[in-house]
Amino acid sequence: MTTLVIAEHDNVSLKGSTANAVTAAIQCGGDVHVLVAGSNCAAAAQAASQLAGVAKVLVADAAQFADGLAENIAAQALAIAATYSHILAPATAYGKNILPRVAALLDVAQISEITKVISADTFERPIYAGNAIATVQSSDATKVITVRTTGFDAAATGGSAAVENIVAVADSGKSVFVSREVAKSDRPELTAAKIIVSGGRGMGSADNFKLLEPLADRLGAAMGASRAAVDAGYVPNDWQVGQTGKIVAPSLYIAIGISGAIQHLAGMKDSKVIVAINKDPEAPIFSVADYGIVGDLFEIVPALIKELG
Amino acid sequence: MKILVPVKRVVDYNVKVRVKSDQSGMDIANVKMSMNPFDEIAIEEAVRLKEAGVATEIIAVSCGVAQCQETLRTAMAIGADRGYLVETDAELQPLAVAKLLKALADKEQPSLIILGKQAIDDDSNQTGQMLAAMLGWPQATFASKVVVADGKVSVTREVDGGLEILSLTLPAIITTDLRLNEPRYVTLPNIMKAKKKQLDNVKPADLGVDVAPRVKTIKVVEPAQRSAGIIVPDVATLVAKLKTEAKVI
Repeated sequence: MTTLVIAEHDNVSLKGSTANAVTAAIQCGGDVHVLVAGSNCAAAAQAASQLAGVAKVLVADAAQFADGLAENIAAQALAIAATYSHILAPATAYGKNILPRVAALLDVAQISEITKVISADTFERPIYAGNAIATVQSSDATKVITVRTTGFDAAATGGSAAVENIVAVADSGKSVFVSREVAKSDRPELTAAKIIVSGGRGMGSADNFKLLEPLADRLGAAMGASRAAVDAGYVPNDWQVGQTGKIVAPSLYIAIGISGAIQHLAGMKDSKVIVAINKDPEAPIFSVADYGIVGDLFEIVPALIKELG
Repeated sequence: MKILVPVKRVVDYNVKVRVKSDQSGMDIANVKMSMNPFDEIAIEEAVRLKEAGVATEIIAVSCGVAQCQETLRTAMAIGADRGYLVETDAELQPLAVAKLLKALADKEQPSLIILGKQAIDDDSNQTGQMLAAMLGWPQATFASKVVVADGKVSVTREVDGGLEILSLTLPAIITTDLRLNEPRYVTLPNIMKAKKKQLDNVKPADLGVDVAPRVKTIKVVEPAQRSAGIIVPDVATLVAKLKTEAKVI
């Protein structure tokens, strides 16, 4: 029994989500191999080889893998799929895009966004926006699984797996990468941050969101938002925390001017400590918050920054 | 150019569903059902492509129980020209739905299939990608902008950390994200017109597809509840609690 993890990376570095998927892979039992399909991706492969618990890193290095096109990465995984009992990828935009293609061509089901490994064929996963947890059992020969990163700790480093080059599959030729606009920020990435400062519709405007910046800077926090704030155009789409946005579980989540719709709670209720600041004492966010302050955020946030010093 | 748009009948997104007391699943008897919101965005995008003169015909498909007809009529009221109901009472999982859709795509030969990125009941996020793989077509998931020109479709995708643009050779698969468009409200005259549109009924067996589930649900339970904490009077107390009690700053 051997598990293959499809690594998420940008060729020069391995994304943290890969380390969470490796932990889930270890829990499935058996050896763990990692596939790094990229272009000039030796550095990412090296990082994968240092994850504790990884026995082997398979590297497919070719130009057609440079931008993570689903058609090409899935084809590469399929080319080596036969020897694996489990194929895993992180349930990020990257993994969710690729893995169902692998499952379909193996004629097996995919189990999406697992949060727990019960046994080699049985897993827990949230459904209905996290309003229920289903325990599901796969009857397929190969288990194809995406891993919700907040459900598993990142694998430690300190390993020294063998790195082996494999033959790259040809370019599908049907899709071409054109461009990427990555928001530049000195703050930590939302899904990897230990502290998140998140704003909602109560912020009132894009300008008012700037009020949260010194707070995030002081705490070394990432900035997030509710869907209402994103839909209102206050902040970019990729700030959205919730069922249809990012699923996060930081040590500290500070929800400011967020009422706490089910869809938002689904994305952050696994945070260790939740602080809510809202003027409405009846807001649902207070029912999940460890600490709440009822009042005007435009007075409380500056006072909080001052208190933190 | 023909566009195929699959639509799923799900529990309305405003309904708070509960777990059944015997843990066998969700209690969805007598709750309001609606079209999956992401699928509504898919239909809207197809209709806009038709209004722009890019598409000529929009075919909606729904797989499931007889009541999925209502979902198809909604799709037709938004602007789909005709529909297929693949009728079955069996539990349908994404792999089976992708196979049913492949059979219909083989028959109808659309240039574009637009699907919702995920259904809000099982939150699988699989069907579009699976269908693309089975057809051997390129895909652009999580779309926030779609432009069709010269046998290609340029799609802006919402990815972690920003946006990405792909150019796909048609035929192709697109799955929709929330901000692709805002679906129109259906009007009464369009609801009436939709009732007269062609709706074909087929069975999975007619399409030669075995829909047997591959994944068994053993139990469904409520998630662990967070208990509400305390309301603190001021920021000084909050900061003190975060430092000494929660120890997170």
